Amino acid sequence: MGLKFSLEGYNSFESNENKIERIQTDELRGIALKERERPIRVLIAKPGLDGHDRGAKALTLALRDKGMEVIYTGIRQTPESIVQVAIQEDVDVVGLSSLSGAHDYHFPRVAELLAEAGITDILIIGGGVIPEGDTAFLKGKGIKKIFGPGARTEDIANFIRKNVKRGGDQK
Amino acid sequence: MSQHIRELVKGMLNGNQSSLAQLISLVENNEWSAEEILDKDRVALRKIWRFGITGPPGAGKSTLAAGLVREIRSKGLSVGIIAVDPSSAVTGGAVLGDRIRMEQHFLDREVFIRSVATRGSYGGLSKSIPNIIRLLEASGKDIIMIETAGVGQSEVAIKEIVDTVIVVLTPEGGDSIQFMKAGLIEIAHIVVVNKSDRVGAENFASEIMGVLSMGRKTEWQVPVVNTQAIYGTGMEQLYQELEKHRNFLGLG
Repeated sequence: MGLKFSLEGYNSFESNENKIERIQTDELRGIALKERERPIRVLIAKPGLDGHDRGAKALTLALRDKGMEVIYTGIRQTPESIVQVAIQEDVDVVGLSSLSGAHDYHFPRVAELLAEAGITDILIIGGGVIPEGDTAFLKGKGIKKIFGPGARTEDIANFIRKNVKRGGDQK
Repeated sequence: MSQHIRELVKGMLNGNQSSLAQLISLVENNEWSAEEILDKDRVALRKIWRFGITGPPGAGKSTLAAGLVREIRSKGLSVGIIAVDPSSAVTGGAVLGDRIRMEQHFLDREVFIRSVATRGSYGGLSKSIPNIIRLLEASGKDIIMIETAGVGQSEVAIKEIVDTVIVVLTPEGGDSIQFMKAGLIEIAHIVVVNKSDRVGAENFASEIMGVLSMGRKTEWQVPVVNTQAIYGTGMEQLYQELEKHRNFLGLG
């Protein structure tokens, strides 16, 4: 009765030659190999009443192009909804973007709610229009790094690769 | 089996979302299978009704999924959703963007949404999905919904994974010849014409019905449902058809 399709036979569509070449040309070769088995999962989130998401979208695309799996929440999220999404998606990184000036409330609240849920190994970074004077406060609240306007996506990706804390459970 | 996994399983059975999410990562990363994790004897495997939503990119699958979640929740049932999007063939990265349509359910603890990248699998699915389904079943969800990545004419693997298949099309989907071709339309238990406020929607729906009535006779009559998912129009009827098929299968 018809053809049977099995998920067993599904192979990676990247040829081995391609894979080797790509990995060899990667400046972070060792990390790239590890990542290939387990892509870094990133949540890009926009807390608060702020409709400006060009930066968030640009970063989403840039991290996709760096081989990461990126989930974008869309605009006008609450810290509560962002944390709920981060938990369900089991992300390694949460990137918070704000251009509305409410970062001093929203960013720490996300860190706080994650901690309340018992999750302390997610890397939290922030971006948008954040006055320099606020970065020390935010760092103290668990936002590991703030990337302002003009930050290079290359630098953001490298920061994530070097600082991501999570690893899978080993057999 | 490590103590860590034991604790995660215990957490999952107690309704801890983070535990379930971490277990899904373990099967997604091929570190463990669901059978190994659930350790057969200790956690009873339960088979629950699953339905799938498939169709071309941009047809409205995610918006339709959000509407169906609303219907499911209005009945007081819980739902586990696996939403698939493609991995890049170039970099291995992915943008997982289905969830954004379901934002009104983010805070609902009875709705568990997991975005999954295809990671090299074809058919709009990922090879980890059977394992993820088993974990969602074990976690006690009432219904499982799987939304494939956008598919073309011949990507029908979803039919092996779910009990009920919804194929979503839009009025630009072609004429009757398109639906005489083998492939996607054949695996539908329910056909949805979404964006049915668009020009030509009525003709489109009747062409599909025409072809369906001429084809291979089956006990289940495939209904064609018109929806405008973004406004919630037709969602109640769609959910009724889903339940009809569920009862038809004896999975009610």
